[in-house]
Amino acid sequence: MTSLADGEWHRLHPASPLLRGGIFIVAVLGFIIANLRERLIDFFFGVPGHGGDPIDEIMRRGAVGWVLLVVAVVLVLILLGFYLSWRLHAFRVGDEVVEVRSGLVFRSNRRARLDRIQGVNIVRPFVPRLFGAAKLEVSVAGQDANVQLAYLGSALADALRRDILHLASGLRQPAAAAAAAAASAAAATTTAVPNSGTGGRNGAEMGDFRTQLASAPEFGTADGGVSGIGAAAAGIAGGIGGFAVDRANEFFAPELDPDAAPPESVVRIPHGRLIGSVFFSGFTVFLVLAGIALVVSIGVGGSGWLLVAILPGVIGSVSYYFSRFTKSLRYSIAGTPDGVRVGFGLLSTSNETLPPGRIHAIRVSQPLLWRPFGWWQVRINTAGHSTNKGAAGEANTTTLPVGTEDDVARVLELILPGFNSAEHLALISRGLRSKGGDDGFRNAPRRAAWLRPFSWRRTGYAISDGIALIRRGTVSRELILVPLARLQSVGVSQGPVLRMLRLASASLHTVAGPVAATLSVVDAGEALTLFERVSAGAIESAHLDTSHHWNLPNGAPE
Amino acid sequence: MPESESPRRLDLPGVTDWKRVSPRYVLVEIVGTVLFGLALCGGAVVLWLVVGLEWAPYLIAAIVLLTLLTVLFEPRRVRAMGYQLRQDDLLFRRGIMFQRFVSVPYGRMQLVDITRGPIARWLGLADLKFVTAAASSGVLIPGLAGADAESLRDRLVELAESRRAGL
Repeated sequence: MTSLADGEWHRLHPASPLLRGGIFIVAVLGFIIANLRERLIDFFFGVPGHGGDPIDEIMRRGAVGWVLLVVAVVLVLILLGFYLSWRLHAFRVGDEVVEVRSGLVFRSNRRARLDRIQGVNIVRPFVPRLFGAAKLEVSVAGQDANVQLAYLGSALADALRRDILHLASGLRQPAAAAAAAAASAAAATTTAVPNSGTGGRNGAEMGDFRTQLASAPEFGTADGGVSGIGAAAAGIAGGIGGFAVDRANEFFAPELDPDAAPPESVVRIPHGRLIGSVFFSGFTVFLVLAGIALVVSIGVGGSGWLLVAILPGVIGSVSYYFSRFTKSLRYSIAGTPDGVRVGFGLLSTSNETLPPGRIHAIRVSQPLLWRPFGWWQVRINTAGHSTNKGAAGEANTTTLPVGTEDDVARVLELILPGFNSAEHLALISRGLRSKGGDDGFRNAPRRAAWLRPFSWRRTGYAISDGIALIRRGTVSRELILVPLARLQSVGVSQGPVLRMLRLASASLHTVAGPVAATLSVVDAGEALTLFERVSAGAIESAHLDTSHHWNLPNGAPE
Repeated sequence: MPESESPRRLDLPGVTDWKRVSPRYVLVEIVGTVLFGLALCGGAVVLWLVVGLEWAPYLIAAIVLLTLLTVLFEPRRVRAMGYQLRQDDLLFRRGIMFQRFVSVPYGRMQLVDITRGPIARWLGLADLKFVTAAASSGVLIPGLAGADAESLRDRLVELAESRRAGL
């Protein structure tokens, strides 16, 4: 019975150095070889040279043999470097910590406590994905504090994630049966594709990995010398058909294995809606305005400077739309026993699990252009951020790129478990669409209309079962939910203008992120009530909170 | 709709005995304000004598006036700063014109920082900063007597330990 989460040191996928940065070297080598081939054709067929480049010079001096020797030495050194960096890069997952050590010259050793895990992300960039490799990233709070395991076999990464989450949840025992199943699956999942750039050597190394997997039950602990080339070659020849089928199956497999999540908890987005949501965004409004400005300036007879200023942006916008679209494709959100799993991506995929109690603030918002369609977006604040960027290059904080109100209700049910009674749902629905009035929210008084002429009726807050809800905005509607158990502090403030109107503003301070939970106008007396209620609620909720070990029956505090 | 009369100024009901910062801290603030004013004046003088802007003297007069006004209000501003250790959270207030109240549960403490500027050190004062995972919390209690700052720090760490919570 094997598992990667057994407290022993394990190595990564043997092709890791190549996948992590070596692709670039391979490309350079390929380029050189391609050039060399043209020279060789010239040489053999006597086509006159063009003169001037280094290869001409080398041939003129008759140093071809030396150069070939240098190339061979460089190749061997690169392979040796790859091999050593793979040998020295190891990780282990114990009951308390996940630990990684690496480095050839500058050694590094990094540990993360399992009960401080903020999320576990499995990323499959396009090229490693073709090879059946995946990157597993354990995020903890703090700048650049994540533990990355790049790369692991695809199925191994899934199994390891399950074990890490299992250990972190407080059950203190890896899901052994599941891990064994995953290990046997990994033996079928191999990585032997001969790469055109490096010729046979790389294929041999990978093929070697293949034989290792077949013979050694424990991944990566057998010695990984460049031996057994013959066996590897046979393996490649025999396995290439099966390999392609495996890869294709993996490529089109759904991001969630059906047994990990109950199907009714999965939210999916139709492609039409996704295209619509990207098209009807604030950026489009900006583009249209820019276009109008352009037409007007040309009509008035201005010089072409505006065209020069705007055109690069317009061209850039195409790539903006494209990346927004592909990053949001195949979006899926589902509840698993160990938290919410958010997956997305067409070519490069990302699949992040947020354990319960790792979400610090939630915003449900609706830009004006989305209102006719009834679409909403859900974004969150979390303490840990995966280094893998989401749509538009920002940290990956969108939980639902676009969805109907039903989708929002399902997503909120997943990320705020327990907040789904009829009363709560009514509160959420009123928070989203109500125009104001006496509906469970404490709204701003009429005199706030001086500062919020359209939205004062709607600007208000409610507190229910340890969740603070802030509602604001009429043109662009927003509802912000803050679990008080995660609240860092609460503040009220008042400047001269607000004092004249007997108003104040309140803000709930959470970790940094796209969601700012501030209530910009609230009755001064009500602000003090809010202050007391929220600070008392935060203390009480934090006291009851057990989410650092979310599966312990009583969440025994340490 | 008849509106219930609400207070104009913010004041927490039932919270009376605020601990104030040291009155000596006024001096630190005044020196800071004056130095800032002098730096601005220096800039204005450059504008006047080197660049040759004719309205620069008015600018200097305005800067001097503003600095004097700020200095005059300094004692009141310092008196308005206060903090209080409640059962489970730290309360902090500051400001007259721009009032601000913050409540931080002890369990949210990430670290406590004590810093001393040159003038504050000369006066035997220290600033205490209570840092949480949220950048916007911003609880900075200035002008504590050195020994007070250290005992307050130890007390806060002790309270945070006993009310430990996750992030």
